[in-house]
Amino acid sequence: MADAFPLGVSSPEPTGKPRWSRKVKADNIAGYLFLAPWIIGLLAFTVGPMLASGILSLTKFSGFGAIKWVGFENYDKIFQDKLFYTSLYNTSYYAFLGVPAQLLVALCLAVLLNMKVRNVNLFRTVYYIPTVTPTVANVFLWVWIFNFDFGLINSLLRLVGVAPVNWLWDPQIVKPALILMSLWAVGQQMVIFLAALQGVSEELLEAASMDGANNIRRFFSITIPLISPVIFLNLIIGIISLFQTFTVALIATDGGPINSSLFYVLYIYRKGFQSFAMGYASGLAWILFLIILVITAIQFYLARRWVYYESGSAPS
Amino acid sequence: MVEREERYIASISAKLGAYFLLGLGAVISLMPLYWLIMTSLRPAGAEFTYPPEWIPSSFHPENYGIAWNRAPFWLFTFNSILVTFLATFGTILTASMAAYAFARIPFYGRQVWFALTLSTMMLPWAVTLIPRFLLFKYMGLFDSLWPLFLPFWFGGGAFYIFLIRQFIMTLPVEMEEAAVVDGASRLRIYFMITMPLTKPAVAAVGVFSFIHHWNDFMSPLIFTNREETRTLALGLRYFGDEQFTEFRLIMAVATLMLVPVLVVFFAANKYFVSGVALSGLAGR
Repeated sequence: MADAFPLGVSSPEPTGKPRWSRKVKADNIAGYLFLAPWIIGLLAFTVGPMLASGILSLTKFSGFGAIKWVGFENYDKIFQDKLFYTSLYNTSYYAFLGVPAQLLVALCLAVLLNMKVRNVNLFRTVYYIPTVTPTVANVFLWVWIFNFDFGLINSLLRLVGVAPVNWLWDPQIVKPALILMSLWAVGQQMVIFLAALQGVSEELLEAASMDGANNIRRFFSITIPLISPVIFLNLIIGIISLFQTFTVALIATDGGPINSSLFYVLYIYRKGFQSFAMGYASGLAWILFLIILVITAIQFYLARRWVYYESGSAPS
Repeated sequence: MVEREERYIASISAKLGAYFLLGLGAVISLMPLYWLIMTSLRPAGAEFTYPPEWIPSSFHPENYGIAWNRAPFWLFTFNSILVTFLATFGTILTASMAAYAFARIPFYGRQVWFALTLSTMMLPWAVTLIPRFLLFKYMGLFDSLWPLFLPFWFGGGAFYIFLIRQFIMTLPVEMEEAAVVDGASRLRIYFMITMPLTKPAVAAVGVFSFIHHWNDFMSPLIFTNREETRTLALGLRYFGDEQFTEFRLIMAVATLMLVPVLVVFFAANKYFVSGVALSGLAGR
C-alpha cells in the first residue's frame, strides 16, 4: 500500500522531534474529524461486539435476566456437541467445493464477456442480473426449479430419459444442489475477473502468439499468472463469505433433511435466537472466527507459491 | 485467395461460436426471471404442472392485486424505502469522509488506521451478531427500524471506504492544492471540490448500498419482530411460509420487489460495473 502524500505537504512522520507546525496540527485534527464516524462505528459495532462476544462465550445468558459466569464450560460442551461437528462439516463441504466451482464459472463467464464482439456490454448487464435479485425471491424460485415432481431440472431430466433427482430432500444431494444454485449468482466475482482480464497487456499476448503459442497455451501461461492476484482475492472473499452462508439454508431447506444442510451460522442462529443460549452461541461464533482466521492465514502462506505479483511485493 | 477465404470463414465461425456461447449464458441468466414473472401471471392452481408450461394458458394480472392485499405490503414497502434511503445516505456521507481522509489528509497514524480498516473486511459478521443484538436491545432499539440503518451512519463499511478512497487517489490534486494555498478549510475543499469529482465512485457505492439494503434479509430477521417493523424481504418470507400453496402470489410480490432493483441497476449500470472493477484492483 504505497501511500504518497499527494498534497505535497511535509510528511507527518516525526523525524527526530515532531515539528507540530500549524499546518501539521490542522491536518491531524482534520484527519481525525473526518475519520471520527468510522472510528466510533468501528469501536461500537465491530471491535466492541467482538470482545463482548468473547466474554459472553464464557457465560450462561439467555438474553434476559442475569448473566452467569461459567468459564470454559460452553467450549467443553461445544466440543462434545454432535451438531457442532455436523454443521462444521456441512459448511466446510459447501465452502471448499462451492468456492472453486463459483470461481471457475465466474472466470469462464468473464472470459466470454472479454471477447471482442459487438453488444458485449448488453451481455455484461444481463449476466449480472441474477446477482441483484433479492435472495428471498431467488431461493423461492430455486425451490421450484429443484422441485421433485414439477421442477424445471427434473422435467428436463425426464425429457432425456434420466431418472429424476430429489434435489433438496436427499441428504446426499442437498449440498451439491445448493452449490449448483449458488453458481447462478456469481456476478460479483465475474466482474472482478473481467476487470483483471482487461488489465492483461495486449503486447504480452501478441508476443506469445508470435512465438507460436496457441490460445489455450496463452491463457494458462500468461493470462492466469497475470490475474492470479485477483483469483487470490476472490478466493479469500469467497471462503469467508461461504463459511457464513445463512439465508439460503434457512429459507430453502431450514437445515434439512436430517441436518444435512445445517450450516454453521444457521446453527449459531438457532442456538442464540431460538434456544436463547447466547453464551453458547457466542462460543460457536468465536470458534468460527478462529477457523476463518486460520484458513485465511494458510491461504496467504500458500499464496506465495502461486500468486504472481508484477512488482514482486508480497500480498498486502 | 483460398487462404484469405479460409481465414474469413474461420473468423465468421469464431464470431458465431462466441455469440452462441454468450446467448446460452444469457438464457441461463434470464430463464429463472422469466419463470418468476410468468408464474406470477398464472391462473390459480396452475403454478405446478408437468411438463412445465412455458407460456401460461391464460394471463391473470389480478394476481398482483390479490397478493398485495394479503399482507400489509404498503407498510413493508414504506419500511424498506425508509431503511434503504437512510442507510444509503449515511453510508455515502460518512464513507466518503473517511475515504477523503485516507486519500488526502496526511494525519498521524493514517497507515495504521487504513490497514485496520481493510482488515475488518475479513472479519466474519457472525461473530458480532449476538452482542450487536444485545446492544440494540439495551438501547431500547430492538424491534424498531433503527438497527437497520443507524450503524451505516458510522463509515458505512470498509469496502465502501476503500472503493471511494481508491477513486480519489486517481484524481489530480492541483485544484485541491490551489485551494489549500488559498487557505480554504478541509471541510470546504471536501464538499466543494473533491466530493463533486468523486461522483462515479459515490454513485457506485450508492447503488451497492441501495441494492444491499433493499434485499437484506438477515438484519431485519434478527433485529425486528412485529409485523409493523417488517421490511419487504422479510414480509415476502413470512408470506411464503403461510401461503406456500399459492406460489403465483408469492411470485407476484417477488416481481414487484425486484422492479426497483432492476430500475436502479439499469439506470446506474455503468457505475455499478466500474465500481466492482475498482474494488477488484484491491488484489493488485
